[in-house]
Amino acid sequence: MAVDTLLERITDYANRPDPYPLYAELREAGVARQTDGSYLVGGYYDIVALFHNPRLSSDRRNRAGTYSGLPADEEEPRPFIRLDDPEHRRLRSLATRPFGPPHSPGRIDAMRDEITRITDELIESLQGRTRVDVVDDFAYPLPVSVICRLLGVPREDEPTFREWSNAIIDSGDIRPGEDLGTSQRAGNQARAQMGRYLVDLAEQRRGHPGDDMLSAFVNDPDPAGGLTREELAATAVLLLVAGHETTVNLITNGVLTLLRHPDQLERLRREPDLLPGAVEELLRYEPPVHLLERIPLTHVDVAGTTIPKGVPVLLVLASGNRDPKRFRDPDRFDPTRRDNQHLGFGSGIHICYGAPLARVEAQIALGALLPHLTTATLVEDPPPYRNSAVLRGPRHLPIELAPSP
Amino acid sequence: MPGPGDLREGPIVIVGASLAGLRAAEALRERGFTGSLTVVGDEPHPPYDRPPLSKQVLLGMSPADTTGLPMRRDPDADWRLGVRATGLDPVGRQVLLADGESLPYDRLLIATGTRARPWPQPEQAALDGVFTLRTRDDAGCLAERLTAGPRRVLVIGAGFTGSEIASACRERGIEVTVTERGTAPLVGALGGTLAKLAAGLQRAHGVDLRCGVTVTALCGNAGGRFTGADLSDGSHIDADVCVIAMGAVRNVEWLADSGLAAGPHGVACDAGCRAFDMYGIVTDDVFVAGDVSRFPHPLFDYQMLSLEHWGNAVAQAEVAAHNMISPGPPRRPHLAVPVFWSSQFGVNIKSVGVPTYSDQVVIAQGSLSERRLVAVYGYRGRITAAVTVNMAKWLEYYQGLIEAAAPFPPAPGAADGHPLVTEFALPSDVPDPRGLSHGPTVALTGHLPDRRLTVVRPAG
Repeated sequence: MAVDTLLERITDYANRPDPYPLYAELREAGVARQTDGSYLVGGYYDIVALFHNPRLSSDRRNRAGTYSGLPADEEEPRPFIRLDDPEHRRLRSLATRPFGPPHSPGRIDAMRDEITRITDELIESLQGRTRVDVVDDFAYPLPVSVICRLLGVPREDEPTFREWSNAIIDSGDIRPGEDLGTSQRAGNQARAQMGRYLVDLAEQRRGHPGDDMLSAFVNDPDPAGGLTREELAATAVLLLVAGHETTVNLITNGVLTLLRHPDQLERLRREPDLLPGAVEELLRYEPPVHLLERIPLTHVDVAGTTIPKGVPVLLVLASGNRDPKRFRDPDRFDPTRRDNQHLGFGSGIHICYGAPLARVEAQIALGALLPHLTTATLVEDPPPYRNSAVLRGPRHLPIELAPSP
Repeated sequence: MPGPGDLREGPIVIVGASLAGLRAAEALRERGFTGSLTVVGDEPHPPYDRPPLSKQVLLGMSPADTTGLPMRRDPDADWRLGVRATGLDPVGRQVLLADGESLPYDRLLIATGTRARPWPQPEQAALDGVFTLRTRDDAGCLAERLTAGPRRVLVIGAGFTGSEIASACRERGIEVTVTERGTAPLVGALGGTLAKLAAGLQRAHGVDLRCGVTVTALCGNAGGRFTGADLSDGSHIDADVCVIAMGAVRNVEWLADSGLAAGPHGVACDAGCRAFDMYGIVTDDVFVAGDVSRFPHPLFDYQMLSLEHWGNAVAQAEVAAHNMISPGPPRRPHLAVPVFWSSQFGVNIKSVGVPTYSDQVVIAQGSLSERRLVAVYGYRGRITAAVTVNMAKWLEYYQGLIEAAAPFPPAPGAADGHPLVTEFALPSDVPDPRGLSHGPTVALTGHLPDRRLTVVRPAG
């Protein structure tokens, strides 16, 4: 159990383009205690065990005093991603009613045409251009349009909630040794504002619903009594932000990875049936979410180390995804990989709520981009990354396209 | 005895064309078996899946003939369907078939599974309206009868199959009476404490549940139609459909003269799926997999287990196939921790380990009142099983504890708002399976662990 500064190096922006050697070091160490006392876990099986351990909490209020580091006005109520059962289960179940089975089994499938239409429009806008920023011109607008459509949020309000969203993401970042008070306060404020905005939208639809999820939240008869105004705000903010910030990275990381593997790119172009598997492999090889925090409610043993109650544990999903004890030849990008039970969506009771939508979006987006990528080249490799070590992905991904003949 | 070089050749016969038989056939080819492969099945259908028969099929959501098992690869086998194996000549290495033919083999896999235990009085069982539920044809006929809108269905036996049938009936708005010789539904699989939850669930869903009684006679009218049944408490139930759900009988009769260790509990084998002969000597060329097998499990003191579990059939078939074509040292043991699931009355029940191998049980997460819980079973201070009700995502954690023989009760402090009340570990109250009208789906084929000792106290 080494005291080291792995976390500082992982969160150091200089290592953003390639944190994987650090993850290999982490797996070598097993469980790594950090200078601030928190722990990093990077082995696949250890991470899975902790995800399924009912003695680990997702609720930051369970941090021991010295680790709380949060202003007293932390957001209330909390989104279900930061809650434990039974509250988590109640809120997540309510949020699932308009999103998936059993009450809305066809919801995601019914979005396919819409997602394809939005994708085609974006592709259309790229016609004739020789230089494109994959993030700003494609990977960002696509999920934003989709989540807006799904929730029932006017697309033209995007610039407003993009600012809120940035502040929220920023407040969720992990930067050891820094006082996060300022970004926490900014994040909470943004969350409150976005929540009010979304609840107002939902309230306008009470009594005359559309086919969007905000409408469903305020109109669907629900035996459990439905969401309070505050719960609706927290849930809607979570869905908008999560639906908005992770798929961008999945698509962008996908384009970057394919351009770095032209043989695989060519193969996918010839065999589009491989796309679903390729998206799974991307979720393993370059996952959008690299770190998740949990808090032990009691002393918990992991790989021979006892992590004390209340001390934060960071599960490094992206490290587990490259664990050679679980995946053969883990640093190889292989779209035909079988037995690919990656941690890209997490695992356990908090497993990604939006996974079905993310899969469909990424499959459609990459499928539509493939024909255009065969002649593309990266302008910068590595590209400039976003700040966050938690939600890792390029901020920009400029590529050159061959001029149309 | 073929030399190691021959193991990928030479004829292999698999008797049993259901889940275990099919998966074994696929696995043999996947692992490079190139010889001739014959699969014998007494039903005319290609392999199909059984779990949906008591759920989606009875609910009318999918026709019985749509539950065919997907083939992951063509096993390139000679399928002998609709013909029963009637005998085994282990010296001449022949499987005898009902049509008079005999199939020579180098290695044999026995995967004949189980059949529904029939009602003991054949003339009563023959009444129109009396069913068992094991095969696709059973499910098709029963589903048709349920669609016709019977006034009341009588289900005899409240094990998993009986309870799922009752659940399907209630979901379709059909009145149903369930009789159970034990103290509560599912008592044989889950023990008496959790079975109380099951009883509450059934009653809350409008099931007329009668426990501690047996059916003494099935009654019919002059036209030979089932009309009702007499119970041991002197009462009579009027019903127009009756489902016998009294558990399963292992299909071993055809092995009676084979010299193998085959009996009512199944065919005994070692951890590598190799059958034992009647003297307890392991065979080299006869393997067993699926419901018909009984095998020793180290996590449960090497007691012989018989499992009627989907997952066990798959896992054991793959180990058997691997060992059939592997010479000594690379052979693998089948040590999978038993797992099964059921859905009924709107809840999802999942189990890992062997709940009947226990003396105590504790609710580790959730609560009975929420109908959402994890019950953890222990035997002499170690964890031997866990059952979740609507909390299946936690199961993996408890499986790890079972495999590690972690202390029972588990540590307190689960993150769901309920402190673990360890001082309330209750007797798990596992009944003697002989007292049930159905069998448990996990049978310890020796004895219950807490009844192995008889304390003899000197008089006076």
